[in-house]
Amino acid sequence: MARYIIRRLLWTVVTLVVITAVAYFLFRVLPSGDPVRARAGKAPTQERLDAIRESLGLDNPWYQQLGDFLWNAAHFDFGRSYISDAELRPLLLDALGATTWLVVGAVIVWLSAAAVVGTISALRRGSLPDRVAMGGALVAISAPVYWLGLVALYLFASDIGQFKVFPGAGSYASADGVLDRAWAMVLPWFVLAAAFSAVYARLLRSSLLESMQEDYIRTARAKGLSERRVIFRHASRSAITPLVTALGVDVGLLIGGNAILTESVFNIPGLGRLSYDAIQRGDVATIQATVLFLAFFVCISALVVDLLYALIDPRVKYE
Amino acid sequence: MPPSNAASAAPIAARSPLQLFWGRLRRDRVAMVALAFIGLVILIAIFAPLIVKAFGLPDPNFANDDALNDFGSPVGPSGAHPFGVDDRGRDVLSRVLYGARVSMLVAVIATAITMVVGTVLGLIAGFYRGKVDALLSRVTELTLAFPTILLGIGLSISCADGCKIGPGSASFVLQPGLAIVVLVISLTAWPYVARLVRGQVLSLREKEFVDASRSLGANDRRIIFREILPNLTAPLIVYATVLIPQNILAEAALSFLGVGVSPSTPSWGAMISDAIKIFDTAWWFMLFPGIALLLAVLAFNIVGDGLQDAINPRTGRSGK
Repeated sequence: MARYIIRRLLWTVVTLVVITAVAYFLFRVLPSGDPVRARAGKAPTQERLDAIRESLGLDNPWYQQLGDFLWNAAHFDFGRSYISDAELRPLLLDALGATTWLVVGAVIVWLSAAAVVGTISALRRGSLPDRVAMGGALVAISAPVYWLGLVALYLFASDIGQFKVFPGAGSYASADGVLDRAWAMVLPWFVLAAAFSAVYARLLRSSLLESMQEDYIRTARAKGLSERRVIFRHASRSAITPLVTALGVDVGLLIGGNAILTESVFNIPGLGRLSYDAIQRGDVATIQATVLFLAFFVCISALVVDLLYALIDPRVKYE
Repeated sequence: MPPSNAASAAPIAARSPLQLFWGRLRRDRVAMVALAFIGLVILIAIFAPLIVKAFGLPDPNFANDDALNDFGSPVGPSGAHPFGVDDRGRDVLSRVLYGARVSMLVAVIATAITMVVGTVLGLIAGFYRGKVDALLSRVTELTLAFPTILLGIGLSISCADGCKIGPGSASFVLQPGLAIVVLVISLTAWPYVARLVRGQVLSLREKEFVDASRSLGANDRRIIFREILPNLTAPLIVYATVLIPQNILAEAALSFLGVGVSPSTPSWGAMISDAIKIFDTAWWFMLFPGIALLLAVLAFNIVGDGLQDAINPRTGRSGK
């Protein structure tokens, strides 16, 4: 087990280095504007351009720039924005905070919804509630999240909505305190969770149906256990394994930039928005830092999933 | 009486797996309705100019100032504009109809490229195993860990004036718009196909019929194309129907973020993005492209589910 973890961690480091290098070339070789000129102001002299280039370390050969960046990043120093000169670490951490709020709340919403719907659907397979729920799930999966967000704002936002119930777009940035922030996130949580609730309910339903066919379920019933105990103790144990995998991947991807659609509709200053703005401004330093940051979460969540596997399912062993 | 006599009296043709499969799918009424709807959307995409003319609608890029009120706000649904007009006085229905073109085009091209690339790489990795497999698997993992939306945004903004790709005379210029959208979607989706194919090939290559074929002197090429590939058809068809709605949504999302097709091209995602500025008053501008997108994606998802049931009748959803 320990050897496996060490090997996985080493591979994660290699992945991050390669991804940073790819991002470096992608945004350097295909430039969206010279960062030196962006900082130099109008009609700069050649000396001024050279001075800025030197102060940013952009006159060094590419491998030295890349190495410097990685070395500093390993010490949690992500440098400064090429455009605003702001230090990037607090910027990234603030954005991470907003994205984490969004994703964690949505995860709680969609896991609760999926647990209820998926279990009822599996136990009452083929019934009217099952068919209605699965039909609704398919609709939820097909709806684009940003459109759902706009519809939700049009209906329920306190500023422009038809029924002024929940705080509208942009209220997270001005919210103070935990309760206020949670209240501001209610609409984004439900909008982001809609499609995921559907995916997870379908997943739980099919995997519960599968595990109910297993021999050990028959054995448990033959022992005279109550049906409730058979389902919640025996069947659901193995049925949640695929959900854990999916959850790890999805949380990694959401924090790793996929929440950008929800963030842009609800005006949440998260990691997706930060990277989007950075790319539009050609702020290579910020892009590099966010790509590394985002890839880190994708890799870590993949690692956590693999380790959780061994905890949930005793049959899984790592060499 | 031996059964062979009965068979010889009335020759019974064996039904191919494909026929069995189609027979099961046809009994799924919801899937057939969805399939018909997809056909309709494809027809709309192909004949959009004719349909728009036939209904006497304005051209999708015709900005009619008369359709804006005195304050410059667009007017809602009316006889002349059944879905209303957008912020520049362009007819929303006409643009929604034209929007089917981009969606269907991306659905077909991006899905085809993804399937071909993923299948080829997955086949090579699964069939030859060893070092090739190890290398391809690492590349797959790396691709999966790369923040893909950033790649999309980055490529289309970096290549806003066209990017030269490749060395010297062999280079080509990558223009923003449909080409980058398709490239980004294919780049991000192929690892999933490759992983699926690799897993299937790993088990198929150990089957008896592959051994039999090899002992008859078949070379690798014959085994891959005659023995293994035909057995991959069913899972590949199912996966393609899963990919199509995902790719439609991906194009719409990129266009929504402003890094998709060029601004004058009507795309459902771009329309929703334009509607953000005024959706509190001009609800029709936001609503109709979204419904079009939802229905198209839903239809593909329903057909995909139906196909899955038809291929694996035992794991069906409806519990028949």
